[in-house]
Amino acid sequence: MAEKSIEEIEKELIENFSLFDNWDEKYEYLIELGQALPAMDPALKTDERLVHGCQSSVWFDIHCIDGKINFSVDSDSLIVRGLVSILYQLLNNQPAELVLTADMHIFEDLGLWHHISSQRSNGLNAVMAHLKQAAADCIGK
Amino acid sequence: MSKNILSAREDFPILKQKINDRPLVYLDNAATTQKPQSVIDAISHYYETTNANIHRGNHTLAIQATNAYEDVRKKVAAYINAPSPSQIIFTRGTTESINLVAYSFGEAFVKPGDEILVSELEHHSNYVPWQLMCQRKGANFRVIPFDEDGELDLEAFKELLNKKTKLVAVNQVSNSLGTVNPIDEIVKIAHAVNVPVLVDGAQAIQHLNHDVQASDADFYAFSGHKMYAPMGIGVLYAKHEWLMQMPPFQSGGEMIDIVTPNKVTFNVLPYKFEAGTPNVADVIGLGAALDYLKQFDPAELQAYEDDLLNYGLGLLSEIPGMKIYGNPKHRSAIIPFNVEDIQHYDVGILLDSKGVAVRTGQHCTQPIMDALHISGTVRASLGIYNNREDLDALARGIQSVIKMIGR
Repeated sequence: MAEKSIEEIEKELIENFSLFDNWDEKYEYLIELGQALPAMDPALKTDERLVHGCQSSVWFDIHCIDGKINFSVDSDSLIVRGLVSILYQLLNNQPAELVLTADMHIFEDLGLWHHISSQRSNGLNAVMAHLKQAAADCIGK
Repeated sequence: MSKNILSAREDFPILKQKINDRPLVYLDNAATTQKPQSVIDAISHYYETTNANIHRGNHTLAIQATNAYEDVRKKVAAYINAPSPSQIIFTRGTTESINLVAYSFGEAFVKPGDEILVSELEHHSNYVPWQLMCQRKGANFRVIPFDEDGELDLEAFKELLNKKTKLVAVNQVSNSLGTVNPIDEIVKIAHAVNVPVLVDGAQAIQHLNHDVQASDADFYAFSGHKMYAPMGIGVLYAKHEWLMQMPPFQSGGEMIDIVTPNKVTFNVLPYKFEAGTPNVADVIGLGAALDYLKQFDPAELQAYEDDLLNYGLGLLSEIPGMKIYGNPKHRSAIIPFNVEDIQHYDVGILLDSKGVAVRTGQHCTQPIMDALHISGTVRASLGIYNNREDLDALARGIQSVIKMIGR
């Protein structure tokens, strides 16, 4: 089991974001999260692992290890790195069943969803879909 | 006496609002321009007083709506100095105007082995329709490259032109780099070997004068929404001889003359190319936008926008790590840039949080981005209502983005 449950991590993130009253500060925090996300092995940044957005690119590498979802993810955009780092904190090393059923409402709860309009073009939705698919495949094995 | 350009901002209600608690600084005019109150009012007024289906009705409203619609056709013709209003076809926008020509010209004139010549500076909408037409017709798609300044390589153009070339498609102003292309010269070169030229005027019509008889372009396409008119209305101008020889693009009501089970004949120009109920309200809006623009002295407006552009280019080039793309002899209203080590998407999102609206990404010009070996740019683009304070806000915004990202 991961040390903390998805709900616990989610609660912490929401608390952290609630400390900021304006968007400049929220973005600064998002950028910090992006900078803190572990760098992805450059060798893994292949076209097969790339989600092509017209705004930014996202690479992801997902594995199923002992029923848990392990992944690394990266983007050329620091803000997108911040967003995917939230996914990483929540879902990396979590049991596939929990990844599959995670409600993923956190971006709405944080108010990021409405603010960052082009989720489609920044590749975040695609990464979430790939994580769900990998979790389903992992359970099926 | 013409209207003072500095007073234009007052005419655009949307600019009075705050975005993210900051006064809106709108610098995404190459994507779409805002609409003056007079355009908004003209559309409302049409629906409140005049709305009816045009051309075939014999009641008062139908006649009034028809007259209003056809008056705008005359205004558009006068605005670009077309010889006749019958050469003005209303479309949904530049994209549809170009698709119309790509289809109808292709059907009439293009055979396997022929060539279509487009420039590398084109928006996808003046690129992909020709690619698809070439695929349909078994023709070859050829591309005129641009140089390091962002100028078209006219020597390469001359070499690419040959007996198989059926048409040249090029923009007047590049939406990505702002390059003003030498349209008159390009038309002259192509006409010397009897090749017609389509000019995409989407980024030019709101900034530069275009006289279709002076340039002698065969086709000229533009959109209303980039010239302070509503979305969903565009124009195709074409020389009479081409329109007469080209088959219809779409078919249905309005564009026909006689319909029997065995035979169909087509309406006269321009109606042959306007199938179905047209977008009357937005045509009325386009007419109001032309009336609005005509209040200003065109030379004064161009000088104002050029001065503003140079001010912005100067201001941004002083920012450390700034890279501005292209250095054409004549640039119009567009500043394409990146800040070293900061992704364009991040610059755009963070500028938005400061109320500054710009566009980021590839701007529907992947061939340009590939040639420059970049994933995209930030693009600030100017309109009639922008002023030096807007560009100051942009520069301040970029400085604070650099600080936030912590370089």
